[in-house]
Formats: sequence, structure tokens, C-alpha cells
Amino acid sequence: MKTVDIVIIGGGPAGLAAALSARKAGTENILIIERDDELGGILNQCIHNGFGLHTFHEELTGPEYAGRFIDQVKEAGIPYLLNTMVLDISRAGAAPDACADAGAAQTAPETAESAAAGGARHIITATNRTDGLFQIGAQAVILAMGCRERPRGALNIPGYRPAGIFSAGTAQRLVNVEGYMPGHEVVILGSGDIGLIMARRMTLEGAKVKVVAELMPYSGGLKRNIVQCLDDFGIPLKLSHTVVDIEGKDRVKAVTIAQVGADRRPIPGTEERYTCDTLLLSVGLIPENELSRAAGIEINGVTNGPVVNESLETSEEGVFACGNVLHVHDLVDNVSEEASRAGTNAARFVARNSGKTTPPDTLNTQAEAGETRTGAKTRTGAGEIQVRTGNGVRYTVPSFVNPERLDGNLIIRFRVGAIYKDASVVVRLGGERLRALKKKIIAPGEMEQVIITKDELLQHENADSIEISIEENSAAQAAQSR
Amino acid sequence: MEERTLTCIGCPMGCQVSVQMDAGKILSVTGNTCPRGDAYAREEVTAPARTVTSTIPVTGGGRKVRIPCKTASDIPKQKIFVVMAQIHKAGAQAPVRRGDVLIRDVAGTGVDVIATGDVL
Amino acid sequence: MMYDVVIIGAGVSGAAIARELSRYDCNVCVLEKEEDVCCGTSKANSAIVHAGYDCKPGSMMAKMNVRGNAMMEQLSKDLDFPFRRNGSLVLCVEEEQLPALQRLYEQGIQDGVPGLQLLDHDAALAMEPNLSDKVVAALYAPSAGVVCPFLMNIAMAENAFENGVDFRFNTEVEALRREEDGRWHIRTNNGEYLARCVVNAAGVYADIFHNMVSAKKLHITPRRGDYLLLDHETEGFVQHTIFQQPGKFGKGVLVAPTIHGNTLVGPTAIDVPDREDTATTQEGLDQVISRSAISVKNLPLRKVITSFAGLRAHEDGHDFVLGPVEDAQDFYDCAGIESPGLSSAPAIGEYIGGMVAERFCFDRKKEWKATRKGIVSPKNLSFEERNELIRRNPAYGQIICRCENITEAEIIDAIRRPLGARSLDGVKRRVRAGMGRCQGGFCSPRVMDILSRELGLPMEKITKSGGRSNIVLDIQRGEGQ
Repeated sequence: MKTVDIVIIGGGPAGLAAALSARKAGTENILIIERDDELGGILNQCIHNGFGLHTFHEELTGPEYAGRFIDQVKEAGIPYLLNTMVLDISRAGAAPDACADAGAAQTAPETAESAAAGGARHIITATNRTDGLFQIGAQAVILAMGCRERPRGALNIPGYRPAGIFSAGTAQRLVNVEGYMPGHEVVILGSGDIGLIMARRMTLEGAKVKVVAELMPYSGGLKRNIVQCLDDFGIPLKLSHTVVDIEGKDRVKAVTIAQVGADRRPIPGTEERYTCDTLLLSVGLIPENELSRAAGIEINGVTNGPVVNESLETSEEGVFACGNVLHVHDLVDNVSEEASRAGTNAARFVARNSGKTTPPDTLNTQAEAGETRTGAKTRTGAGEIQVRTGNGVRYTVPSFVNPERLDGNLIIRFRVGAIYKDASVVVRLGGERLRALKKKIIAPGEMEQVIITKDELLQHENADSIEISIEENSAAQAAQSR
Repeated sequence: MEERTLTCIGCPMGCQVSVQMDAGKILSVTGNTCPRGDAYAREEVTAPARTVTSTIPVTGGGRKVRIPCKTASDIPKQKIFVVMAQIHKAGAQAPVRRGDVLIRDVAGTGVDVIATGDVL
Repeated sequence: MMYDVVIIGAGVSGAAIARELSRYDCNVCVLEKEEDVCCGTSKANSAIVHAGYDCKPGSMMAKMNVRGNAMMEQLSKDLDFPFRRNGSLVLCVEEEQLPALQRLYEQGIQDGVPGLQLLDHDAALAMEPNLSDKVVAALYAPSAGVVCPFLMNIAMAENAFENGVDFRFNTEVEALRREEDGRWHIRTNNGEYLARCVVNAAGVYADIFHNMVSAKKLHITPRRGDYLLLDHETEGFVQHTIFQQPGKFGKGVLVAPTIHGNTLVGPTAIDVPDREDTATTQEGLDQVISRSAISVKNLPLRKVITSFAGLRAHEDGHDFVLGPVEDAQDFYDCAGIESPGLSSAPAIGEYIGGMVAERFCFDRKKEWKATRKGIVSPKNLSFEERNELIRRNPAYGQIICRCENITEAEIIDAIRRPLGARSLDGVKRRVRAGMGRCQGGFCSPRVMDILSRELGLPMEKITKSGGRSNIVLDIQRGEGQ
């Protein structure tokens, strides 16, 4: 069996950035496995601009942003496989889980034990046209599979099931990559960025976008997109509205939307019917963790991504996660940054476990810590601090921190569950209020972050938890209740 | 004197900014909560500009049939559809590389439409 | 065109009858108004093979159900479609309903259902830990099973086709009349047909055709059933098919594993006037959710991936109407086929097919192919077998549907095989591409591409389910267009 140091599953923005940083951190033997026929992931169909302001300090389109990373990966000579689907990740030396596809691995000609003997910690089973069904051993694995769109069924939208109902991303692929028009008269449910972007895209291609309905009382999309994708073209945005009926047996004929109450249930009598041939759904993204789940990796019920520690390492030792497979991001720049940390950490992990040299200053503490730990777990391990979600905070990434292992400062990313105006993000360390950061606005659609320095953590060496919470001032509460 | 109200796109606040104008001259900007809002509003009422992105059919690229493209810089907002009309008439032949000019001086804006991806 | 037998409808009953008749030396044609087999009631139901205890003793339903159930295992092997005896439980949740459960048990014995057992609360919960704590007792029927309704229907149709039966799709029967020479004249939107005999297996439309030829009228009510389907991540939530005891909430909803590992919840029973009204409603879906709570606790509703509705052909007499129509010679009804229609289909095929063959003294064919091979699923093969397959055909190495891990070769096979898929839904029913948690979000453009290539049709002509269900409307503007 072929063995590499790091297998990266996914060649989108996360996988590419992880590969580059792992290489920079000294890992030679890296393999990127991509299921599509080109690198770049979903960015290839995101032809609009607005990417890269943080990373490249200029405004790029999706393909340009991806292109810059692809160029670097090619320049660095990092190998990648295209049109290759990973079917299973399992621990070397252990029998794979009995999921349908891992079943194949059970009878693999080369046993898991032989992989372990070859120094691999994980075995990746994958398939493509030329190599067939094959296995690769790896010291470390980086999960970078991205996310998928929630389908109609997840919303229980009643009505018929005709042609003409697309998730916004599917329509985006049809229009931008395949060159086909999914429809002429369009209703969009969901005002996330993809929905907004598609409203403009369809309009520019000659379609009539009649309305964008949003279940929540606010849009999860960027203000810029609301202005430039809807307002510019006079497309109405109806907040607190949802689709209550879809007509048409063969193809969509009409869609009825209605206002929803505070319980998000439709209010009878508020129905409005729009004749149309297309309904686009932009109703949320879900990290694609089927492989992770089958590998027994612990999943966070809020993010639907793996539970990770400060190194972005999952509950499975040596398996790291980054990008939208970890939690859904709104800015690709954040994906690249996060993935780059995952890549570096994976490289360190490889170095630590194969006795290769890495910069001694980081290696010493890493090696010590490495003796006692086995990835992120629900229960905090020795020397680990739990990151807790306080008032208003839906989740944090990471969930656990070991200050000893921390290379530099700790970045905690999180999302809130509602819009807060003039509120503060409060960071508590071991119950002690470390700081409060005043914010004019905090919204569910925008990922937030706080940075805690390594020194701060080491100074509070007895702290057993970090808590992030939102504190509202009274004026803000008044704004909320308005 | 006229007044225009617009939504600032600088941050999630989305301030409703009012611009008081007289004969095309800006008298005052109100409603913004930060300097970015002021700057945005002044530009948006005097010379609103947008980058247009789209795709152009490409031949000789195998499975790849469209090349993504954009205006190399912002064009006047009111020219979006004129620019699109010209993009709709364009075509390209592989190989096309990121940055290649696909349409020169699109719709008389002085701005080129350039490829944002590769079709080799 | 002249046939010995014309069967109206390529649903599971029509396909079963066609297959049975394909044993004989006769010309058979199946007329189907949709673009594919399995497009009506057969595609949207509980996918259950009932044990048969709930049918009135002596009824056609009881006979066909028990016989169909007994035939299912061998048939599934012969025709290579998925079937598994997972057993079922009927739950009693109120003490005062215990006698009724006892009666159901006795009725089952009378119907000839094997292995029935009454379980107390503890025994039932030991079998299914997610059952409601309010369960008082349960009737366990080990012979109940789950089946893939699409593949069962498709397999029987394919096998009939391979044995010489013609299928005409997009062919809707408009009028029926018996000529003076005794032949049936069948007018369709797609040409005229002549037949010595007509079998009416038209599902929710069966009364219309019956009433065209008979003075003794049938009346079918389309009874809509709304369902929720959960991701196969929920596999194991229940192992058995969980029924509710018929009671004050009507027939109740079931919670069942599907043969593919999803969890199915439903149906409602809502009578609708329109025979095409398969639209789900908010009330319907809400009802499914609230009633499922009578049976199970903590149903993972966040894992719902789709909802759908199907129509049962409920005849006023609430029994299958099977056999010759008294006042219309050589016209056979297969009407009122509601639950347990799927379970009964093999028996109905045998019964009606046999009856027609006997009436016309058709001879048995010398060579009849009893078996059919399904589409090879690499998922079920060993590492070496799978590699061998990919060596022979690299398309088995290319995953197209990433939720269900369906390869390009399987999709091509679904299109190329006899009575192959012509639409996205046709592919989905045959190989499950698009059936998974993303509901075709990722794979539908790629499956469309394969359909376009294989069928030699432009993308704009590719449909979701035939007719005017085109998916993309036109090509984007560009040079020379």
C-alpha cells in the first residue's frame, strides 16, 4: 500500500490552503484527493467578486481566488488526484466500521495491520477510474470536504414535487459552469448570500426574479449583497416569509408564500401567489461529515462539524478538520486562514510522530503533550481547557484548548443566535472576566472571533474553562424588543 | 433640494443613510454611524459603480464550455445591462488564461472584460 | 396493433400480470400513460410487505396478501430486487384496546399468517428501544418485510419485457369499446390498439376504465398519503415496521426502516377529488409528525431529507376487485389496489395472469426466462470484485452521486438496460442517484449530462419525470446564438 504523510480530503479552498501550509511546515509527502474534475471546489462556480479582501487585499472572483491557490499548489509540486472519491477513513490496525462502503476495506488485499507496520496511522479507501478501488496509508488526515446545501425536504415545504425546484448552488452550477438557464420566472426562498447572488445572476441572464422570501426576520446575507443583488434590480425581499405551496405537476407553475409569525409558522390569510417556473432554495448549508461520522469522529450537534481542539484536531488522533466541513463559514478568507492552521498542525503532528525535525521550540512541548493525548474528546483531557458557549453564543470552534500545545495565540470563532446591537462579546477565563469587546452589531450571518494570547492562557494556568458570551446593554435590549 | 436614502453596505449594521443634495451637489450626509458610511453614500449618489461578472461561451475546451469573466474594474452602475448585452454576444476560443482580455473597452466604458479562470 | 392481451397500467400490479402472462405463448402489451413504469401509486407508498393479519378473513385482500408475502422471497431472488423480512409490530397504547389487539391476533391466525406473537410492554421495548413508553402491548409478525417498491416493479416489468411483452409509454387510454368481432378496440393518445382481452390495472383510474365498459359501476377515491423520509444516518432507529393499532386516530401512521436504511414515517389518509393530486400539505405533514409520536419517542426529525405523497386507489367496497367483469366479456379488473397492494402484487399477477391464460388456453412458452439480473451495485462487492469490475469498465470507479455513492456505470446501466431510464427520476428509482441527503443537489447536473449523452438529447430536453418536466429551459446566450 502506498503511504503518505498527510492525505487531504478535498481540493477546495480549505484543502488547498492546508496543503500549502503543511508543505511550508516541512511535510514533503502530501496527497490531495478531490472528487471533482478540477481543483478549486465550489469557488469554480462562484464567478462573482468579493473574495480575497483579507488574504490578497484585493477583490477577486471565486475562480481567481481558487486559481491563485491552485497555482501555488502546482508550483509546490504537491500531488493531487482528481475525480477520486474517498469512501472510507479508518484507523490502521483496527477493523474498519461496518458501513456499506467500508465493507470493501474489510477484505482489502493489504490488511490494516500491514499499513500500521508501514508507519501509517490511517487508511483511506478511495475510488476512481484509473486506480480502481485503492487504499492509501497516512500519518495524518485533513478533512476538507466542504458542505452541501439543505434540500427542500429538510424544510417540509408542502406542495408538488415538479421540475424547476433547485437549490441555489445547483442552479449556480447549471448557469455558471454548464451554461444553461434553469428558468425564466423565479422565486427564491432564503436570503443567504448564495440566494442573493443567484437573484442577480439570473437577472443578468434575462430571468425575472419576482421575490426573495426569507423565513427569519433578518437576512443572513451581507448588506452589500442585499443592495447590489436585490436593490440594484428592484427585487423585493420579504422578511419573515416562507413558501407554503408549490403548484405544477410537471414543472413549477406557481409558488405561494406567506408571512410567518414569531413561531416561524405561516399566518393564514397572508398568502401571496407568484406565477413562476422556478423556485430556488437557499436555506442553509450543512458540513459534509458522512466520512467523519463513519470513522467514528465526534460531531458537534450545533455545527454538524467535528469537535476539535486548538490544533483543529478531531476526536480521532491525527485527523484534522478545516473549512466548511468543520463549520460553515461566510468568508473564504477565513477558510483559508483556518485551513492553513490545520495544515501546519498536521505537519507538526507528522514530524512529532516520525521523529523528523521541526523547529525545536515548538517540538519540545508538542512531544511532551503528545504522550498523553488522543485528539479532542467530549471530556477534557489532561491540561485541556473547555471552551463554553455562554449567553447568545451558538457554538465555538475549537471546543477544547491545551495551552501547552498552542502555537501562538488562540483564535476562537463563533456564531450568535440572534442579532445584537450595541452589545459586548465577553470572554471569561476560569470564571474570571478577561475582557469585553464592544460591538455595534453582532449577527448570526457573520462569524465572529476572539483572540486570546498564549500568555493570557498561561497566566491563568488553573482555569478549566473559557466562556464566550454576549452581554447586551439595556438600549440594545430595547432595540431587540422593537 | 432632494434627499436620497440608501443602505450602507459597509457592515451588517446596514445604516439607512440620507444624502441631502441640491443640483447634484451634496449638502450633507446623515444617518451613518461611521465615516465609512459617509464615504459610501457620497460615492453611491454621485457615481455608483459595479463590477460585472458573467461567463462567455468557449470552444475547444473539452468539457469546459464557459469561461468566467469580469469587468477589469468597476463600470458605471447604469451600464450594467449594456455591458451584459455585449458579454452575451461574445465568444472565446481555448486556450484562455486568467487575466486574458475577452472584450476590449466593453460598451464604451473604457474597461475590458477579462477572463477569471483558465480553459486550456 | 393487434394483441392477445392489453394491460392498462405499468404499475406494480400491471407489471406482475405482464410477467405472469409472459410465461405463455401470447402477445401482450402494457399501455402506460407516464414515461416509465412505477409512476403512480407504486412509487409512493410504505414499501412494506405486510404479513396479512389485518385483512378481513376470506377477502381477496387476505388471500392475495398472505400468498404474495409467501412468494416474495423467491421472487426477490429470481428477479434480483431487495427484500428483507424485518418483522412488524402493531402497537397497543391503551389498556382498553387490548381486546382489539387480541382480535387482530386471532384474525391473523385465521388468515394463515405465520409466527404471530403477542408481546407485553417489556418485550416490545426490548425489541425496539425507541418505542413510546406508553406502549401496553404489541402484536409481532415475523413474516412482515420491507421491499424496494421501485425495483420490484421495474424488475417484474424488465423480466416481462425480456420475455416478449411490449411496453408503450406516454400512451394514455382514452376510450375502450368491444368490436362486433369480439375484439377490444383501445383508443389512446398514441395510436389505436386491438386486443382479445383487456386487463385494467390502472390504479386510481381503474374505475374510469371499468365504468366505460360495465353497467355495474366501481367508485375509487384517491386517498392521499403524506410521508416523511429520513436520512439513512437514522438507520436502526427502528428495526421492525411499527404500526399503530387502528383506533380513534384512524389507521394511524407507521414508522419503518426502508430496505435502503432510511426511516419512513407516514402516511396520512386524506381523500382528494383529483387523481393527480400528489401535493403534500402542511396539515398532512404536521399530522404525520404528531401521530408518529404515539409510536416512538425522539424521532430525529432534523434528519428529514424529503417529504412526498402518494395516492391509494380506495374502492368503496374496500377489497381488491380482481377478475372478469360480468357484463364486459374478456375485460378483467385489477382495481381497488390499495394497501396491501404491493405485498399482494406477485399473487395478483399469478391470479389474474393465470385466469386470462386459462380463458384463452394460452400454451406455456418452451423457453421462458424466470430470472433477471439487476443493476450491479459495487457497494455490495468485495474489494477485489470491485476492482475487477472497474478494470473491465472504468465507469464503475467514478462516483456520480456522492450521497449514495452511485457510480457512472450504474447510471449508464440504468439507462441502457431494457425499459431503461429516460429521466432523472427514472435513474433515481433504478439506482438511487439523487435519492440521498442532498436530494440531487450535486449529482443532478451530472446525471442530466449522462442522460443527454446516452439518449442523444440536448440538455434542454432532459426531464425530471417525462412530459413537460424539463429541468433547464434553454441554453444561455452567447456567440452565434
